[in-house]
Amino acid sequence: MKTIYFNKFYKSFNILSGILIIASLVFLIFKGLNFGVDFKGGTLIELRTDKSSANITKIRDSFNQMNLGDVSVKNFGNETDFVVKFEKQNSNDPQFIEEIKTKLSNSIGTVDFRRVENVGPKVSAELLRSGVIAIALSLAAMLLYIWIRFEWQFSLGAILALFHDVIITLGVFSVFSLEINLSIVAAVLTIVGYSMNDTVVIFDRVRENLRKYADVKIFELTNISINETLSRTIITSVTTLLALLSIFIFGGEILKGFSLAMILGVIFGTYSSIYIANPVLVSLKVSQRTIVKEEKE
Amino acid sequence: MLYFSKLRVFSVLIFTLVISYFTISNFTKVDDEFFSKNIKLGLDLQGGSYLLLEIDNEPVITQRLQSKVLEFKKFFKDKDIKVRNFVIEDKSIIFDVENSKIEDVKSLLDDDKSEINPYFQQYKSHQFNFENMDTSFKLEFSDYGLVLLKNSSLDQAIEIVRRRVDEVGTNEPNILKRGNDRILVELPGLDDPGRIKSLLGKTANLTFQFISSSTEESFGTEKLFFEDGSSEAIVSKRIVLSGDNLMDAKPTMNNQTNETVVSFSLDRVGAKKFGKATSNGVGKRLAIVLDGKIISAPEVREPIIGGNGQISGNFTFQSATDLALLLRSGALPAPLNIIEERTVGPDLGKDSINAGIMSLIIGFILVVAFMFYKYRFFGLIANLALISNLFLLVGILTLFEATLTLPGIAGIILTVGMAVDANVLIFERIKEELKNENNSIVAFDSGYTKSRTTILDANITTLIAAVILFFMGSGPIKGFSITLGVGILTTLFSVYFIARLITAYYVIKNKHKEKLI
Repeated sequence: MKTIYFNKFYKSFNILSGILIIASLVFLIFKGLNFGVDFKGGTLIELRTDKSSANITKIRDSFNQMNLGDVSVKNFGNETDFVVKFEKQNSNDPQFIEEIKTKLSNSIGTVDFRRVENVGPKVSAELLRSGVIAIALSLAAMLLYIWIRFEWQFSLGAILALFHDVIITLGVFSVFSLEINLSIVAAVLTIVGYSMNDTVVIFDRVRENLRKYADVKIFELTNISINETLSRTIITSVTTLLALLSIFIFGGEILKGFSLAMILGVIFGTYSSIYIANPVLVSLKVSQRTIVKEEKE
Repeated sequence: MLYFSKLRVFSVLIFTLVISYFTISNFTKVDDEFFSKNIKLGLDLQGGSYLLLEIDNEPVITQRLQSKVLEFKKFFKDKDIKVRNFVIEDKSIIFDVENSKIEDVKSLLDDDKSEINPYFQQYKSHQFNFENMDTSFKLEFSDYGLVLLKNSSLDQAIEIVRRRVDEVGTNEPNILKRGNDRILVELPGLDDPGRIKSLLGKTANLTFQFISSSTEESFGTEKLFFEDGSSEAIVSKRIVLSGDNLMDAKPTMNNQTNETVVSFSLDRVGAKKFGKATSNGVGKRLAIVLDGKIISAPEVREPIIGGNGQISGNFTFQSATDLALLLRSGALPAPLNIIEERTVGPDLGKDSINAGIMSLIIGFILVVAFMFYKYRFFGLIANLALISNLFLLVGILTLFEATLTLPGIAGIILTVGMAVDANVLIFERIKEELKNENNSIVAFDSGYTKSRTTILDANITTLIAAVILFFMGSGPIKGFSITLGVGILTTLFSVYFIARLITAYYVIKNKHKEKLI
């Protein structure tokens, strides 16, 4: 196969990544994330109306009359399906949901509540905390693993690539106000695993080539390694993306956010294994001596 | 890496077939308990209700402190120590001791074998921590004392919750402890948890107390509202009888008034107490109080001696049934708050299963087609490994009766996408080796050997993520981590045993062929 000179574009893509990361951070800090009821508390109702009767405005109006705090109404898949979210949660009152249903039926006709989620403030705070801990823990575990398996320069490269993927994926969620719920946390953790997996494959090859070629500089060497593993990188991301696209398109509304986060993560993860992880090795001046020293010890 | 002993081939085959059998057993009916296992569907797929309840322990703490005060009074009286000014304030007991006995009280409280401040022998911590200032003592539950108190009230509460849920008769409820003040209730198939919620939301503390004509009474009085909120009444604090003495309760029809009532029967002690109180109280009104509200307050016309009685109070048949159920199951030690509720209707569950299976089939076909396009014959080997991988994965989930959730199905699809990675790594490596090596057996062998560490590294990273998710996640997300984690293990098995076995046979047979892969 023809050699592609990935290393020519290290600088330009690093600048691009830098801009994307800064933009993502700006959005995350100033706009924030759109937390769902899992993390913010409140009530979510997925409802199905009988055909002709309702549109978003009508549903929003009737909910607004019930004094439930901030109400958001969104179409959910079919045109007869809607998701309604509001701040108030009153799971202790057994009639709470029933009353909403009665009032709603009076104003827009027959409705079927397909799903109800009601999360109190204490629980949502705990879920948020354990989500953050889970992501932090997985980053730490990856760091530890790669630190044991590779030299520190490699761990730094892999971890920077991980942060890159997680921050930009969350940035996209912030820009488009996509909902962050428990399944997004699962997606982020899986992205962490996938991105790491992808980086490790290239790094393994870099290390092998450091032993094989005594006089090739790291700048060249990373490019050789990327090229040697390229067809694997492409095939694996394609099959993974095919599976994820299938979930995204056919898996129903509930899995949309989850599969979208994963798709973004796989794309960024593949990109960062090439354009973040490798340039880090170059700028840390990794050489044949780096691994020789390590092996002597 | 290409050599397989006969025994190994045989064991791989048997293992794969046995596990795959369990996959198939999901779709067939077998009359054997062990072999007819089914994968369990999570609440998000079969529909149902998930409730997380938290005990409000405040009243239990106050109650326990009150009874402790009585214990202290008696204890010090027996020891001939004068104590006074007992106050319960801010979850602690405060009292004064006569000057000369301060040291005695200290040592009584601090003694390892203290009767009044126990637990030290067992737990190396007293029930209460105390502070002493001059003659004043302040006692507070120690951390351990609090934990024990919470545990015992949780144990009681979970028992009552179980009774109430069982009485309603839902399908295989799942009731579990969470931490030391929470109870998780899973109710598969229930799409309207309203009734269960109202049953679990009531403490169901039943008492019988006389309505008092004046506020002057030795036990003191309290003002209570009627349940409909219409009026209030002054009630003596003396409790004639409580729900503890109830043996049975059921809804019945009162033939004279033609209204629904709850009739109850009392145990022997209760019957005796009730008989005595009603004999003395003929003509008075007896209030029936549930959770601090008066249900009704009928006049006592004659002594009730047999231990059977009726509670009336504008019941519908449903509300009488519910009250009887609450009384039969007993009172909760403390109020329960529902802090999280998730309910999925059976329709949505079915839709989710269909969508999940649809995307699994399509994702699978896409991946299989792509692999065949890329590798032809070896693509078929990888695909065979993928199919057995799926059978193994679902088989193991079935064997261990794991719960399958919607994110869990997503995990299976993701496994399909990522599982081919290992075979791709191997095939690509073999291609490289073949460039410099004429002997194809050697090239295949070193292709397997050289890619092994990379494959392990790559899979361990995903496994780490799955394990962390398993421990941190709840419900549906846990389902995802299980399929993802088990998926990695079955992937490695299918790649290293099944795909490699077929590859080995093929390569050894065709070693002289050009362009093997």
